[in-house]
Amino acid sequence: MNVDDIKREFPIFDDKIQNNDLVYLDSANSSQKPRVVVDRIYDFYTKEFSNVGRSVHYLAVAATNLYEQTRVSVQKYINAKDKDEIVFTKGATEAINLVANTFGQKYLSEGDEVLLTELEHHSNYVPWHFLRKAKNIKIEFAEINDDGDVTLEAIEKKITNKTKIISVSHLSNVTGAILPIKKIVQLAHSKNIPVLIDGCQGAPHLKLDMQDIDCDFYAISGHKMYGPTGIGVLYAKKKWLEDLPPYQGGGGMINEVKKEGITYGELPNKYEAGTMATAQVIAFNESIKFMEKIGIQNIEKHEKELLDYGLEKLKKNNSINIIGNPREKGGVISFTIEGVHPHDIATILDEDGVAIRAGHHCCQILHDKLNLPATARASFGVYNTKDDIDKLDEAINKCKKIFNL
Amino acid sequence: MDLKDLYQEIILDHGKNPRNLGKFDNYNKDEDIAFEGHGCAISMASASIMTDMVRGKEEKEVKEIVADFIGMIKEKDSLETNILKDDEKTKLMSLSGVKQYPMRVKCATLSWHTLTSALDNSDQVVKTEE
Repeated sequence: MNVDDIKREFPIFDDKIQNNDLVYLDSANSSQKPRVVVDRIYDFYTKEFSNVGRSVHYLAVAATNLYEQTRVSVQKYINAKDKDEIVFTKGATEAINLVANTFGQKYLSEGDEVLLTELEHHSNYVPWHFLRKAKNIKIEFAEINDDGDVTLEAIEKKITNKTKIISVSHLSNVTGAILPIKKIVQLAHSKNIPVLIDGCQGAPHLKLDMQDIDCDFYAISGHKMYGPTGIGVLYAKKKWLEDLPPYQGGGGMINEVKKEGITYGELPNKYEAGTMATAQVIAFNESIKFMEKIGIQNIEKHEKELLDYGLEKLKKNNSINIIGNPREKGGVISFTIEGVHPHDIATILDEDGVAIRAGHHCCQILHDKLNLPATARASFGVYNTKDDIDKLDEAINKCKKIFNL
Repeated sequence: MDLKDLYQEIILDHGKNPRNLGKFDNYNKDEDIAFEGHGCAISMASASIMTDMVRGKEEKEVKEIVADFIGMIKEKDSLETNILKDDEKTKLMSLSGVKQYPMRVKCATLSWHTLTSALDNSDQVVKTEE
């Protein structure tokens, strides 16, 4: 893959940002958008717009077809068995809330345990916390080790006969740890426990095969996959979507509505109440095509090269402390600089157009465990180059100079 | 925007070596001031300079200084209170660099809101947003 060509497909890099060439190292937060995605939204609204699934006029039928085409593209991209296993949501957060809510309603009661890990993003903790409050369930956390990794053994240690569901990250947005999800699923299934994978950081960077992973649920964020905001995907095995109750009630998700009672629609409509983010879903198809065109293997290889180069470069830089050293690591480097708070690092780097994130990255449990109030984080996407990492390193040096380090 | 306005020597000095940090070391005194916490250079420097500046002052005077400082960070170009000497005002004005960095304004004002809350004996959690 030619990174320069790929970068040119992203309009954000055309112009200077605050008089600087943009060095965007915040893709774990949200990725930039290629022109095809932005254009698709504009074209849909200006030439093809209609609501989907209701009316019989030409535009409505065409829009419905486009909307359903994205479902099929996602199905193929993640190798799901059936297109009805793809539910559109407003994001990965809603996908996890959907599972916590409906699974919790039907299968969790007082004293039952939900098993998470210490490296989960708040979006894979707070929805379960709601159940802890409402139903008096327990939440257990598999521990991270000194490398910022969660091993299969750490998961196994926390499984009890009360464990009703396991919900874990595919790839940590802080340490970059790639969890052994296939083995976790095998272990869980051997004890009849379903598994939800928070795939926010997995889907944009790793090859996905739902039938191979065999997880019960997989949550995907569209805006981290070069797609629009307001769109996410819940993959769920058909048996679960048929078995669990609906999530939100409204138009589109029903079969028959009478004063005496209501029957719900077939899949996938059952979980898509109200007017969905139609333009975003249709444009998300372009994100999938964009990633397919580059090839996920090439994306993985490119980001691994960036990661290795970045780690080597930053490790040489004195006073930088890199957070976590997992066995398998994605394109995320979280770090601290002795004597400079991460918020000061982020402000100083921003002055040179180097966009990183500072804070707890929605992972307070992890930061508490590491005894760090905050970290700085550089994360990679398809458009990043080794030159970006050199600029990061230079900006860090400037930061050290300002602080007389 | 200029980083030199934000990270002036005095800020870096107070950020690195905050004055009055830690628990009170002399409980026999009737009145004293100290602060605990960790944070960025701006927030540490702000708390450090603030605690130096209000030590020994009357509650009414402290409240006037707080209002003047927060007013300066938010809109005014300078400090207006007569309670502070000119060199003290200059010292406080070193924090005015945050005005160019809207995301960092709260770093400078957090300890000041906390001080107000302490004076009012409030048990509410202090917020920098209104």
